[in-house]
Amino acid sequence: MKKIIFTLLIILTVLSCTDSEETIESKNITLNFSHTWDGVPVTNADFNTFKFTTKNGEQLKIERLRYVISDVTLETSNGELIVINAHNLVDVTNNKNLTFAPTAPILTGNYNNMSFIFGFKNEKNISAAYEDLNTAIFGVPEMLGGGYHYMQLDGKFKNESDETIGYNFHAIRAVDASGDTPTFPKDTFIKVNLGPVSISDNTTFNIEMNIAEWFKNPHTWNLNQLHQTLMPNTNAQIMMFDNGQSVFNLKSIN
Amino acid sequence: MNAKFPHIATLLFLVLLACNTETVDSYTPTPSPLEIPQLFEARILNPVIPIDNQQTKEGIALGKKLFFDPILSINNTIACANCHLPQNAFTDSNRFSNGVNQTLSKRNAMPLFNLAWNYDEKFFWDGSVFSLEHQAIQPVIDVNEMGNTWQNVEQSLNSHPEYPELFKQAFGTSKIDSTLVTKAIAQFERTLISATSKFDKFLLGLTTLTPQEQNGFNVFMDENRGDCFHCHGTENNPLWTDNLFHNNGLDSEFTDLGLGAITGDPADNGKFKTPSIRNLAFTAPYMHDGRFSTLEEVINHYSEGLKNSSTIDPLMKKIAQGGVQLTNEDKANLKAFLLTLTDFDFIKN
Repeated sequence: MKKIIFTLLIILTVLSCTDSEETIESKNITLNFSHTWDGVPVTNADFNTFKFTTKNGEQLKIERLRYVISDVTLETSNGELIVINAHNLVDVTNNKNLTFAPTAPILTGNYNNMSFIFGFKNEKNISAAYEDLNTAIFGVPEMLGGGYHYMQLDGKFKNESDETIGYNFHAIRAVDASGDTPTFPKDTFIKVNLGPVSISDNTTFNIEMNIAEWFKNPHTWNLNQLHQTLMPNTNAQIMMFDNGQSVFNLKSIN
Repeated sequence: MNAKFPHIATLLFLVLLACNTETVDSYTPTPSPLEIPQLFEARILNPVIPIDNQQTKEGIALGKKLFFDPILSINNTIACANCHLPQNAFTDSNRFSNGVNQTLSKRNAMPLFNLAWNYDEKFFWDGSVFSLEHQAIQPVIDVNEMGNTWQNVEQSLNSHPEYPELFKQAFGTSKIDSTLVTKAIAQFERTLISATSKFDKFLLGLTTLTPQEQNGFNVFMDENRGDCFHCHGTENNPLWTDNLFHNNGLDSEFTDLGLGAITGDPADNGKFKTPSIRNLAFTAPYMHDGRFSTLEEVINHYSEGLKNSSTIDPLMKKIAQGGVQLTNEDKANLKAFLLTLTDFDFIKN
């Protein structure tokens, strides 16, 4: 009899534990990244062909596009910030990591804002810190402040003489490397706000990058003047930061 | 109790016998995990080791024996090591390698080291083969290399006085086939790890660079000068290659399409795998076709010798001027830095 009672107690305990776990409403979120040129979808199948024109009128083709996003953050109604401490290298060239599913579950509910960082916040932009990015050769030389690229957008454009010229639109932390030690005149990581969101189930956020915006707003980018060696160019980095403000938007949630 | 003892003793004896027989029949090779260098462990992702070809002491030893044995070639004259010489960081000092038929290979033999960290597992200059296990299939049957057939190789090895037992120890079977041969060779090749150059020791705080070497490193990392790091990496990637494919401006018209011949995509024409810049002191001549005999020629190519084409990598700068226009001092410094990646321990071992 004692054995029966003991067994029943164990079963009840296990059952109660299971019930208790089920009361915690935590769901997974997924971020899908897609890309357009002013509304026209862009995938790696569109690379290596002159099919895009910048606001300044330069025809260009894309040969490589990859960028890092980090610190997906949800802001609760009482102002608490839930930060997912992870990053993702979106590699459009190789069609890798266009979907980012952080392992951290999120409690269901309404959130005042969801955001992520394009690049890294300064305190997380640490040289050698991330094995995947070291492996992907995404680092920035120490002479330019170290850390990592935020984005590599490479390709070719037609210049004013209709010659085909390479461009390397590489976004990093803006640096002034003219002295003995690099200094940082302005933060150029971008906090991308997606607005209020509601999470009631496993949820996918479809985020779009309009690549054309990098060359458009507020600075009309002139590739004839700014096409290569942009990493040590402080002003170019700040212009990229300015233009990057309108590059991402949340297309849909499902 | 005493009456039962003989029965129990007999039973135990039989069990022990059974256990003993079991041990002999199911021989288990000795695990021999890769010894991952400190900088690799700390900075880059783990190596690629197939789940069905884990490193074992017996498999590695067998792979090494096969690598140096001409039995794989049609006339028993050429081993893997004939074109991948240890003293040359496992490449050939000849521009093209001489095969069994006295014909030359079409490309320069690639050096062999740190292959376990080729994450995309695309091998050869044109990325034509996926996985290290499959890589060794082709040279055996290439008429310009070993000129053999795998049927012949399997027959030779199965009738060999030693190999069947060695395969049994490594893989649990004495029936030898191409899959097991290439598995063993791949195990050996994964042990070819180069990580003890002067620059590695510098990063570990064990030595210092000369001012010239440090200046050369700065040329390498400077986007205004060498800008080598975008393909060969920074000090935080000890592989010194992105293991990807680029057109680095060697030709304006292509006689060898490289990656393009594999993918069929014209945008890949003229693209070849980025080689590591480790061990350049041992690996001349350079480029996929061994066209450059010296490091000076290589540096001059990037400085003044670039040739434009539709697929040239956009990371190649100042193409209209022929390249990045390094000064003579920059060139000498860059060479000094590159030679700090020479790993003398690697070729000794």
